[in-house]
Amino acid sequence: MSYDLAVVGAGPAGLTAARVAAKRGLRVALIDGYARTGGQFLRGAAQPRLTGVEVKLGQRVWAVEKSPGGFQVHASATTTAATLLIATGAHDTVLPFPGWDLPGVLTAGGAQALVKGERIRPGAEMVVAGTGPFLLPVAVTLLEAGVRVKEVLEANRPSPLMAAALARNPSKAAEALAYVRRLAAARVPYRTGHAVVAAHGKDSVEGVTVARLTPEWRPYAWRTVDCDTVAVGYGFTPQVDLALQLGCELSGDHVVADDRQRTSVEGVLAAGEVTGVAGAPSAVVEGALAVHSLVGEPPPRLLAEKARLRRFARALERSYPVRDGWRDWLTPDTVVCRCEEVTLRAIDEARDLGAHDPRTLKLLARPGMGWCQGRMCGHAVARLTGHEPAPQKRPFAQPITLADLTLHDREDNA
Amino acid sequence: MVGAGIVGASCAYALTRAGVRVTVVDRGGVASGTTGAGEGNVLVSDKEPGPELELALRSNTLWRELDAECGGFEWEAKGGLVVAETPEVLDALTAFAASQQGVESAVVDPRDLEPHLAEGLAGGVHYPQDAQVQPMLAAARLLRASGARLVQTAVERFLVSGDRVTGVRTGQGDLYADAVVNAAGTWAGSFAQAPLPIRPRKGFILVTQPFAVPPVRHKVYTAAYVTNVASDAEGLETSGVIESTQAGTVLIGASRQRVGYDTAIDYTVLAKLARQAVGLFPVLADAQVMRAYAGLRPYSPDHLPVIGPDHRLGGLFHACGHEGAGIGLAPATAEMITAQVAGGTPPVDPAPFAPGRFA
Ligand SMILES: Cc1cc2nc3c(=O)[nH]c(=O)nc-3n(C[C@H](O)[C@H](O)[C@H](O)COP(=O)(O)OP(=O)(O)OC[C@H]3O[C@@H](n4cnc5c(N)ncnc54)[C@H](O)[C@@H]3O)c2cc1C
Ligand SMILES: Cc1cc2nc3c(=O)[nH]c(=O)nc-3n(C[C@H](O)[C@H](O)[C@H](O)COP(=O)(O)OP(=O)(O)OC[C@H]3O[C@@H](n4cnc5c(N)ncnc54)[C@H](O)[C@@H]3O)c2cc1C
Repeated sequence: MSYDLAVVGAGPAGLTAARVAAKRGLRVALIDGYARTGGQFLRGAAQPRLTGVEVKLGQRVWAVEKSPGGFQVHASATTTAATLLIATGAHDTVLPFPGWDLPGVLTAGGAQALVKGERIRPGAEMVVAGTGPFLLPVAVTLLEAGVRVKEVLEANRPSPLMAAALARNPSKAAEALAYVRRLAAARVPYRTGHAVVAAHGKDSVEGVTVARLTPEWRPYAWRTVDCDTVAVGYGFTPQVDLALQLGCELSGDHVVADDRQRTSVEGVLAAGEVTGVAGAPSAVVEGALAVHSLVGEPPPRLLAEKARLRRFARALERSYPVRDGWRDWLTPDTVVCRCEEVTLRAIDEARDLGAHDPRTLKLLARPGMGWCQGRMCGHAVARLTGHEPAPQKRPFAQPITLADLTLHDREDNA
Repeated sequence: MVGAGIVGASCAYALTRAGVRVTVVDRGGVASGTTGAGEGNVLVSDKEPGPELELALRSNTLWRELDAECGGFEWEAKGGLVVAETPEVLDALTAFAASQQGVESAVVDPRDLEPHLAEGLAGGVHYPQDAQVQPMLAAARLLRASGARLVQTAVERFLVSGDRVTGVRTGQGDLYADAVVNAAGTWAGSFAQAPLPIRPRKGFILVTQPFAVPPVRHKVYTAAYVTNVASDAEGLETSGVIESTQAGTVLIGASRQRVGYDTAIDYTVLAKLARQAVGLFPVLADAQVMRAYAGLRPYSPDHLPVIGPDHRLGGLFHACGHEGAGIGLAPATAEMITAQVAGGTPPVDPAPFAPGRFA
């Protein structure tokens, strides 16, 4: 069976697109690697009814290919469709620090997924650290799961830009205020200009070093906080693997899409965080707009809403950048790439050998060659060579067994 | 030195040892070309008797010396194992091995050396001289140890005065030298002042998850490889060469395909590689593939490297066209170039590699 539309990613963007498309009479397949719909933020909290949508869960897409008349989406089974919507969202951006390879250090998104998706309490006493407003809902989620959240640490300082953006977006302001009140009620301190710069423990986290940061994130005034778990997140990196496989144009770290979510490649749409990190409401609007590029005209209301949300997202992005001082948190023994256990010392040696860019560094010292394929360390490795983090081509967006790969020998199948 | 791949780096190392002052120019930095997109097999087993085998045998000795002198590039003399599926192929393989003068080999029961090999193979030949290096590290270490200066910029053209090359024009200005060595790999044919018939032959590699103890110990490949290397076919050829690396991953390569300078991924080719790997090592069926990459081997019309003084212009030397064996052949190539540039007689006869042979 060939579909009119295949949607990869069942987060707010993909869910909305699938639902709207089915309502418009399109044959839609919705594919997600996770066992439930909802994506990063919702994490299966509510399972919406999706009448008329072929929902394929637990299907990790490892590659997409152009085929005559459309696209093939390869997961454990292959789906073919005339149009492809890439709604694969984003993953946490993390920074290395001494001890971050200890059990008990989680990403903020990972901690939230454990609670919302698996109903697991990640720890008893936790510190939440990083940058960006999403640290607040994460902390609240943890509180509600019964975690004792000891501190929430925002590395950046309050920004006038953000204050102005919040003033223009009363609903966002109200949301933020609700989170802050909830934290205050639980007596959880929210400190700006602070970060977790080291984690300690024998076999797992027993405590962290918290430092005050200069505006450039250089640490000073250290103290330790006892805890058994830390959640860290320094923003999000769009998951553009599938778009890159098809050759879609990128700008910085995200896929370029026009006002109807069309990418530079005919027949390929992109919506939600893959096109730039902007929050769940924006993903919903973009998911709906993507369908309008196939049937009918986009309602002006949606276009205006998208523009407004994107403006807010830009203010966010500029208010919560990753600043270079984090490098001062590292010691020569700090592991930068956890999969391949590459230390800062090994990275410095490779730089000394002539690795002046992330690719050469990877070839000489192996950061990014392991299980996560650089999703965890890519940002740090790029910065350590003085480069802007840039998406790398991954022929396999997800690992696949050799046995499964043999099934794609098309000539033999024909 | 134009090019900081394994050939340029090896030449820089040998030349500076001979007292020559060297500047290396590469548009992408060390190992940014094919050297960063291949494997590190240092093979004698796959070479038919002739000039390339001589070069390979000499290189095999030199690699051991380089490991002792410089090191730091994961040299591993692990040996190769060539397996034959049928008795007929085994006969051909055994005869081939016997014809390889100077190469050590022994007919073996393959499963004695590789317990995870599939059942039912007719037999195999063990080649103890076959070895492995990490090619990117090798290029970087040799370049570093040479003390040569590396300039990261593109060479736009050779500077010619009369019938001599006097230097190169780069993105950062002109560089003058008594001698210019063209070690630009797959791109070495493209200088209009001294063109060469070097073309790309694409190859894919699959990389599996890391294993605590990889199920493959030697370099293992089927005897079909021997016929593929020398093949002139335009189409796709795949014959699995399977090996593990010090990082614990298993590398599965490589395909051979003439499709220009395109390095796009082709899942059909990857699937064929996977099928061959699982055919040889059934235990790999459940291994996860994490990465794949493509590289462009530089090949010449007769599949021999191009090494020596240019036949048109003085002051210009070529060291390119090593196809699927540049890592293995680099040290002896460097020794030959050093003799030609700085004076001396190389142990391997350079005549079959002369650039003028296509003129
Ligand atoms: C910790 C955290 C807190 C947040 N807090 C807020 C908040 O308070 N308010 C807010 O507005 N936003 C918040 N967000 C952001 C919100 O999650 C995102 O804006 C939203 O989820 C983006 O929706 P999306 O549809 O683009 O992608 P996602 O929700 O990320 O969904 C992408 C989906 O694609 C699937 N996928 C990806 N790659 C593949 C593949 N190769 N094969 C198969 N499936 C694949 C994933 O499994 C996932 O289900 C938060 C995010 C995080 C991580
Ligand atoms: C898939 C695959 C597997 C392989 N496996 C093996 C193996 O196991 N064993 C083996 O021995 N060989 C193997 N090879 C072949 C081997 O990789 C090559 O023969 C070897 O790397 C060639 O080295 P080189 O230095 O000549 O070229 P390169 O490494 O390509 O170096 C040439 C350099 O020149 C630079 N350059 C080019 N043009 C210019 C210019 N105009 N200005 C400035 N710089 C320029 C490039 O940036 C490049 O860095 C394999 C190749 C492939 C593709």
